[in-house]
Amino acid sequence: MTETGLQPEALPADAPAPAPSRDLFSKFDGLMAEREALLATGARDPFSVVMEEVRSPTEAVIRGRETILLGTYNYMGMTFDPAVVAAGQRALAEFGSGTNGSRMLNGTFRDHLDAEQALRDFYGMAGAMVFSTGYQANLGVISTIAGRGEYVILDADSHASIYDGCKMGDAEIVRFRHNSVDDLDRRLGRLPAEPGKLVVLEGVYSMLGDVAPLAEMVAVAKKHRAMVLVDEAHSMGFYGPNGRGVYEEQGLGDQVDFVIGTFSKSVGTVGGFCVSPHPKFEVLRLACRPYIFTASLPPSVVATAAASIRALATAAPKRERLWRNARRLHAGLAALGLKLGTESAQSAIVAVILDDQAQAVAMWQALLESGVYVNMARPPATPAGTFLLRCSLCAEHSDEQIDVVLDRFGAAARLTGATAGAAS
Amino acid sequence: MSDRPTPDRDEALAAITAEIEPFNKKGVSVTEATSFQHDLEWDSLTVLDFVAAVEDRFDIVITMNMQAEIETVGQLADAVVKLKGDQ
Repeated sequence: MTETGLQPEALPADAPAPAPSRDLFSKFDGLMAEREALLATGARDPFSVVMEEVRSPTEAVIRGRETILLGTYNYMGMTFDPAVVAAGQRALAEFGSGTNGSRMLNGTFRDHLDAEQALRDFYGMAGAMVFSTGYQANLGVISTIAGRGEYVILDADSHASIYDGCKMGDAEIVRFRHNSVDDLDRRLGRLPAEPGKLVVLEGVYSMLGDVAPLAEMVAVAKKHRAMVLVDEAHSMGFYGPNGRGVYEEQGLGDQVDFVIGTFSKSVGTVGGFCVSPHPKFEVLRLACRPYIFTASLPPSVVATAAASIRALATAAPKRERLWRNARRLHAGLAALGLKLGTESAQSAIVAVILDDQAQAVAMWQALLESGVYVNMARPPATPAGTFLLRCSLCAEHSDEQIDVVLDRFGAAARLTGATAGAAS
Repeated sequence: MSDRPTPDRDEALAAITAEIEPFNKKGVSVTEATSFQHDLEWDSLTVLDFVAAVEDRFDIVITMNMQAEIETVGQLADAVVKLKGDQ
């Protein structure tokens, strides 16, 4: 029996029908209608691709077809590296499949510390914390270090995880125009001098693949006595003498307060991290909710990450191949008359800018059906409401694969009119 | 911080109305009660450009926290007057 006394065994026959509950899902009707309209044209859904087999960092099987992968973030091609895979297999056998707990309690194993040590060595910084994803690293660090009455100043084109970190915290949030040093300077100049400030930047912006003028921006931030966080998710391993990122390439090795990164791109597994030279940095282990209130990464994941990070430190030949591939693809796509996100190859991302969703989906589908996978991106993820086909390169792409990709792009562009009116 | 005098509310309203015009693609007749989201139907990118224009005009910063509380033209005028008065 319950503690509420006797209950009627059935509802009275004349009970009024319960009021229909207000459907919380009606807010998604517009989104559903848009998707249905797209699929009604016969288009394949760009957001439900399944990799049935993955053969290498650059090849998978999608709907039975062998496909060149040109839309993953496997920049350095580490996912099938024999030493990386072996490290994961050993950890899986020795420590089991998961940790069943928080880093703060029972979820810190030997290899979590080893991955953090590999990061300290890679970045030459005293502090390193591993999070369960890159998203959580931004969410946790930004929301925790900037408190009530303090300021976070971010680029308008920042990644969703940065925006969400701002939303989760209590700080005042100020945006500046994408990559505009003057706009950042003006906004910092208008803020009160006393409160703490965190300027959040990214080395490579992932939608267009453009690089930030970090040297000027960090100088402006320092002038206004703000601390600086740089997200180097899309640059690890192939910018700067030690592969630390755009900040290192632009000579800012000792001027950045926090670097956020991820294991899911160049490192080739999953997880996120923050490294910092700040002497108090690791106190965040006691205060950062997205670090504390979630399970830690499986031992096999952190073991593969540690092995991969150490390999990236000396991966100069891969770095060169990646840059060579990026320059070849950029030049080839430009020669086809396609409109690209950057004037030259600034990163391992080459974005093709298209007119609208219908054209983007048609071209994306033509590419996929000819055995080339690229990412389709649309607002709100993209800047200025653009529709993009985003190509990301891998050090392991061969010259032959890039030739095939350019050939298929040419055919797909002719089919969909994407090069109409172009010079060539 | 700024050497510009604090605008009174009518001045702020007139200036904001002028700043709206280049973004007023639908030709909405703008009053104090005009809603940025529901009447002007601006997307987030337009909001960004418009807010930056207003910030530059008055030499202020309207944080995203404040923006979340502002729905109408009249509320923005109130916020501008307050921000200028606080300087």
